[in-house]
Amino acid sequence: MEGVTEFDLAGIRRDFPLLSEQLHGRRIVYLDSGASALPPHQVVTAMATYQETTHANVHRGVYGTAEEATRLYELARKDVGRFLGSRSGADEVVFTKNCTEAFNLIARSWGRANLRSGDAVVLSEMEHHANIVPWQQLQEMLGFEIRWIGITEERMLDLSNLDELLDGAKLLSITATSNVLGTINPIAHLAERAHAAGALIAVDAAQAVPHAPLDVRALDVDFLAFSPHKMYGPTGIGVLWARAELLRAMPPFLGGGGMIKDVRLDGFVPADGPQRFEAGTPPITEAVGLSAAVHYLEALGMEAVHEHERALTTYALDALESEFGTSVALQGPPDGPERAGVLSLTIDGIHAHDVAQILDTYGVCVRPGHHCAKPLMRRLGVNATARASFGIYNGTDDVDILIEALHATIKMFG
Amino acid sequence: MADLEELYREIILDHYRNPRNRGELEPPAVRAEGFNPLCGDEIVLSLLVENGTVADVKIAGSGCSISQSSGSLMSAAIKGKTVEQARGLIATFKQMLSLGDDDAIEEGAEPVPVNLRSLGELAALQGVVKFPVRIKCATLSWNTLAQGLDELAAS
Ligand SMILES: Cc1ncc(COP(=O)(O)O)c(C=O)c1O
Repeated sequence: MEGVTEFDLAGIRRDFPLLSEQLHGRRIVYLDSGASALPPHQVVTAMATYQETTHANVHRGVYGTAEEATRLYELARKDVGRFLGSRSGADEVVFTKNCTEAFNLIARSWGRANLRSGDAVVLSEMEHHANIVPWQQLQEMLGFEIRWIGITEERMLDLSNLDELLDGAKLLSITATSNVLGTINPIAHLAERAHAAGALIAVDAAQAVPHAPLDVRALDVDFLAFSPHKMYGPTGIGVLWARAELLRAMPPFLGGGGMIKDVRLDGFVPADGPQRFEAGTPPITEAVGLSAAVHYLEALGMEAVHEHERALTTYALDALESEFGTSVALQGPPDGPERAGVLSLTIDGIHAHDVAQILDTYGVCVRPGHHCAKPLMRRLGVNATARASFGIYNGTDDVDILIEALHATIKMFG
Repeated sequence: MADLEELYREIILDHYRNPRNRGELEPPAVRAEGFNPLCGDEIVLSLLVENGTVADVKIAGSGCSISQSSGSLMSAAIKGKTVEQARGLIATFKQMLSLGDDDAIEEGAEPVPVNLRSLGELAALQGVVKFPVRIKCATLSWNTLAQGLDELAAS
């Protein structure tokens, strides 16, 4: 596995203090980056340093540290913009609370201004609740139609009736990578099809941005959202990237300080640019941490990250198959370029919660449950899976321990 | 890994593999549904109470070994008991999992020890205490039972 050795896995692991902690007297095998990735000490230190040397509110103070806080916060916008291939991060990157809030923003701002009864929004059956419920809430208010792209037996999007679904639709809102199946969807192709049908495309990139190079211009998408805590940054901050001309036309979502140009007794004038959508004191420390996470990933190179995780995924899929055959089922597409490092396991007669519990005693951290994708779980006919998901610090040794622990699980319940 | 063996006692695995009183009952039996959104555990309880006694009980649903064995153990424990006894069991069971009503215990007063013997096989679920996340799984069927009994009392 050349990619893996070139990747200096040992060096990367040293950047993550939590990985040298023990869990039940064993080396911690962290396989839950899909839920939240560990932050490297560079991110933690950047945030601590900011708080110890600079902490101030942004966009208001004139004293030195307040100006520095504002500079760092606005710099984070540019860092994220550059990372995503945006034309101008300053005009296109909005900071929210998390990916979920970003979708609420798209729905309540763009959606509310642009959708009415008779319109349609197209989603897929593999969406996270974050890209379902905001549309259902808005649907209750406005009464438009929600259409669903199904999934095939191979656990990919069923695009056979896409033209029909997109016909007359105003928006296609879809995940780039399924957080349950690990399916990587053809976003550039979907963007082309959506635009050809006169619809916009919004992308849930929560499981995509941390794992492979991504360029919003090359993909030609309109909205894209993700959560920095899944890309080795802090919790408490989310990112909505949107084309500047869309943002300029969108009404504010939350109201309050920071998002206005002027307020009078008889009304208010909203601010221009991303600030219009950032009511109240924003996550400043977290933006500093996010910048550090971007720098960390840029230094590794997203191409190298992708190669490493691709090779590891192949290793894991092969190993699981040869060790367990069909007794451990994987909910997701077969190995290939459309397969991300998300392994949703089901074992006949053993519930995911029990699997995860026994894995825990081996120091292995996986996530049991429905992964906030209940419509998908219904479609798959399972009520829970045990999900192992990879990050930059995982190696084949982690997969080997996972397999040892799965053997023990099967033995215990067998 | 002693804790793990405490959690997955043989009785629990047995009730998980061979659940007792599996199924559903037709009306006039009352039906109550319990759901654990965290892990998707689901319990459907059918309860037939005649003359103040649990004449029949069935459990359906799906979930982890702890939630399902707890439901199975509960069904075996309450069948033939009076409603009052069933309510008493709910309280004792929760007390075993340290979910007693803390406010009710006066400051300085000796906590009443849980009468594990009165729980019989149910005591096998005591190991769950060491796994706080799993307590919700163990109590799911009991909360569903309380809900069913409340419904009965209200009707
Ligand atoms: C695909 C996908 N979308 C959205 C989210 C929501 O992220 P957050 O909970 O940080 O808002 C997640 C994370 O669980 C996810 O995996």
